[in-house]
Amino acid sequence: MSYIPIKRPKFSLLDKIYVVELVKGLIITFKHLALSLMGKSRGKKDFSNKGVGICMQFPEERWDARLPEYYRGAPTLVRGEDGRERCVSCQLCEFICPARAITITPGEVDPNSSCQKQEKAPAKFEIDMLRCIYCGMCQEACPEQAIFLSKEYLITLTDRKKAIRDKETLYRLGGMRKGLVNKWNQYK
Amino acid sequence: MSTKPSILPKDAAAAEGKVNVQINGTWYRFPKGTRIADACNSVGAHVPCFCYHPKLSVVGSCRMCLVEQGMPPRLAPGATPTYGEDGYQPISWMPRAIIACANTVAENMGIRTTGKLTEEARRGVLEFLLTNHPLDCPICDQAGECKLQEYTTDYGRGTHRFTENKTKKGKNLSIGPRVNLDQERCVLCRRCVRFMKEVVGEDVLGVVGRGTHNAIACYPGTRLDSNYSMNVVDLCPVGAMTSKDFRFKMRVWFLKSTPTIDVNCGTGTNINIWTREQQVYRITPRQNDEVNSCWMPDDHRLNYKFINAPERLTTPLIKTDAGAEQRPTTWDAALNVVVEQLHRMAPAETAIVASARMTNEELYMVRALARQLGITKIDVVPRKGVNDGMLVSEDRNPNTNGAKLVLGKTGNGLATIRRGVRNGSIRFVISLGEDLTSEEAGFTPEDLAGLDYLLAVHHTENATTKAADVVLPSVTFAEKYGTMINVTGRIQRLNKAIEPIGDSRSDWAIFRELSERLGCDCVRVIACPSPMMVLEEMAQEFAPMKGLTWGNIGNAGKVIIETGVTIPLIERSKAKN
Repeated sequence: MSYIPIKRPKFSLLDKIYVVELVKGLIITFKHLALSLMGKSRGKKDFSNKGVGICMQFPEERWDARLPEYYRGAPTLVRGEDGRERCVSCQLCEFICPARAITITPGEVDPNSSCQKQEKAPAKFEIDMLRCIYCGMCQEACPEQAIFLSKEYLITLTDRKKAIRDKETLYRLGGMRKGLVNKWNQYK
Repeated sequence: MSTKPSILPKDAAAAEGKVNVQINGTWYRFPKGTRIADACNSVGAHVPCFCYHPKLSVVGSCRMCLVEQGMPPRLAPGATPTYGEDGYQPISWMPRAIIACANTVAENMGIRTTGKLTEEARRGVLEFLLTNHPLDCPICDQAGECKLQEYTTDYGRGTHRFTENKTKKGKNLSIGPRVNLDQERCVLCRRCVRFMKEVVGEDVLGVVGRGTHNAIACYPGTRLDSNYSMNVVDLCPVGAMTSKDFRFKMRVWFLKSTPTIDVNCGTGTNINIWTREQQVYRITPRQNDEVNSCWMPDDHRLNYKFINAPERLTTPLIKTDAGAEQRPTTWDAALNVVVEQLHRMAPAETAIVASARMTNEELYMVRALARQLGITKIDVVPRKGVNDGMLVSEDRNPNTNGAKLVLGKTGNGLATIRRGVRNGSIRFVISLGEDLTSEEAGFTPEDLAGLDYLLAVHHTENATTKAADVVLPSVTFAEKYGTMINVTGRIQRLNKAIEPIGDSRSDWAIFRELSERLGCDCVRVIACPSPMMVLEEMAQEFAPMKGLTWGNIGNAGKVIIETGVTIPLIERSKAKN
């Protein structure tokens, strides 16, 4: 390991007094104030229905419809188009999870079921929503396209125990997802 | 020419019975007959292998260990060899790669384990191995310790060029009571076939089918049911042979392995315990060429379930009145009660039944306790079984030699104690780490009920702890440090893999605490803060242990007593070489 010295900027007296930066910031603030008074504030169209024009009236109004495509919310488990539970409990998400929110107990698939080719499926799959940081590493690590981050952002709990979502809850929230690769097909 | 050495390196090496070999540009000396793969691996030039295993015969079938090799040029008739400045002949490299496992080193040989030729060759071999591989790593128990995975990251192509359908073979086949076979994952290295034939001597596995339909299978009418069958799971470089016990239990990258020893028999097989968060998931053998080679018996391997069983004792239990139920209590209260009761006992009417499953340190503490209480009736429970002619010793106690050394007892006095209990001359019994109602100990529940006082120290609930007046919870072999002496007189270390479960405490710590509360005058024993220090204390007292410390025992152990006992499997493998 070599040390790389970081070059810190040298501050002049003017910088240290800070007045100039303060004024610069205030100019931006006043610019936005002026724009909003003129009725030209940013995002006005989206929030215009309540007359204020700048803030979203949160509990009544929701983000839901306005979330971007790439928004990362609560992780969920999904089923394929054939209804198969896609997770094979490889535990890569558990391994990668930086917040250690995921706990998996691996189990065996019933040898008589239709997806017995897959052999392995979680007996238990729990995500602690108090620990989850919505980073999306689980989705990225999953080799089976089984875990996806939903757009659910509003997780308000009245009980800590309810924060732990079990396998059934996660599959219910994830639902069925179309267009996924079916690795465990008849050619496997 | 003045820098030329006066004696050529080849003559110097020949005088030692060795040969000079150049590996990746550096010259080394190896004994004649060393395999190229061993030579390369011993100097850190890693050679990937599937089929080669140092304890099995060489077949050279996987072709993964291809290396570039060169020799001095063959001389024309009448020509004399030329030597360079350093005294070596020039090496002319062969245009094709050779396998490192089936060839031995020779004088003035050159080996290159890296470079374009070897990497190209290995890439080709790997691509062929992967044409029919099912790529089911997400559900494969071997993932994380799979040679095919490792070498694919080193030499794999990343994309598949093989567009035809893969050959279908049997998956998840039960070929024995403890082993599953997945023929699609197999790379046909035949390590399992050779192991069963050469080491176990039960020729049940073979290769059937031709060409791409080649597969490992049991011969008709046979099953892989040997007591050593699970060693093929360790041997298998890929996930073809998997353990039924460990199937889908945990991915190996979560597990921490702790080197320790097996306590099911006197051999003291070297093992690794694989744990995650206080839970033991599996046991695998650890190589020790003087004790167990690379193998271990299945029944010992699977005997770990009691560590995390619900029957484990987690708190001290006491009976406050005769006939009352046992109730849980704190350590402080329990120890105070025990000390009070021990003070009241008549030493002549008291017996200690210790265990040869205890470590030397614990036995030493037991001896200190017995001396302080003035108890002379003390012995261990003997356990005899049948020697299986491989690794399982007829002595099923792991530390009989330790008990002999520390207590001077081997179990012969147990009958006297038993008689004493029955005729009423012994009214108080202290049972340490044993179930007195077991077949080996030979007490009946009526014997125990007839006692005035029974103190039991054990890790698991059993008939003795249920009958006891006070129960102190101790720990299993996975939760403590200590040393044991095996049947060949080798002292070996036990390492702690998990923390004591619940409120239980290490046996040696319980005995130390008791001695201290009883007012032991032996300051040095009480002052020991750890089993390592107890060992140093013992090293001063016992002649065979002279100079021993925790550090210098090492992971391989040290022979300290001559017993004349040998381990059949080790003797056979020594005779073979």
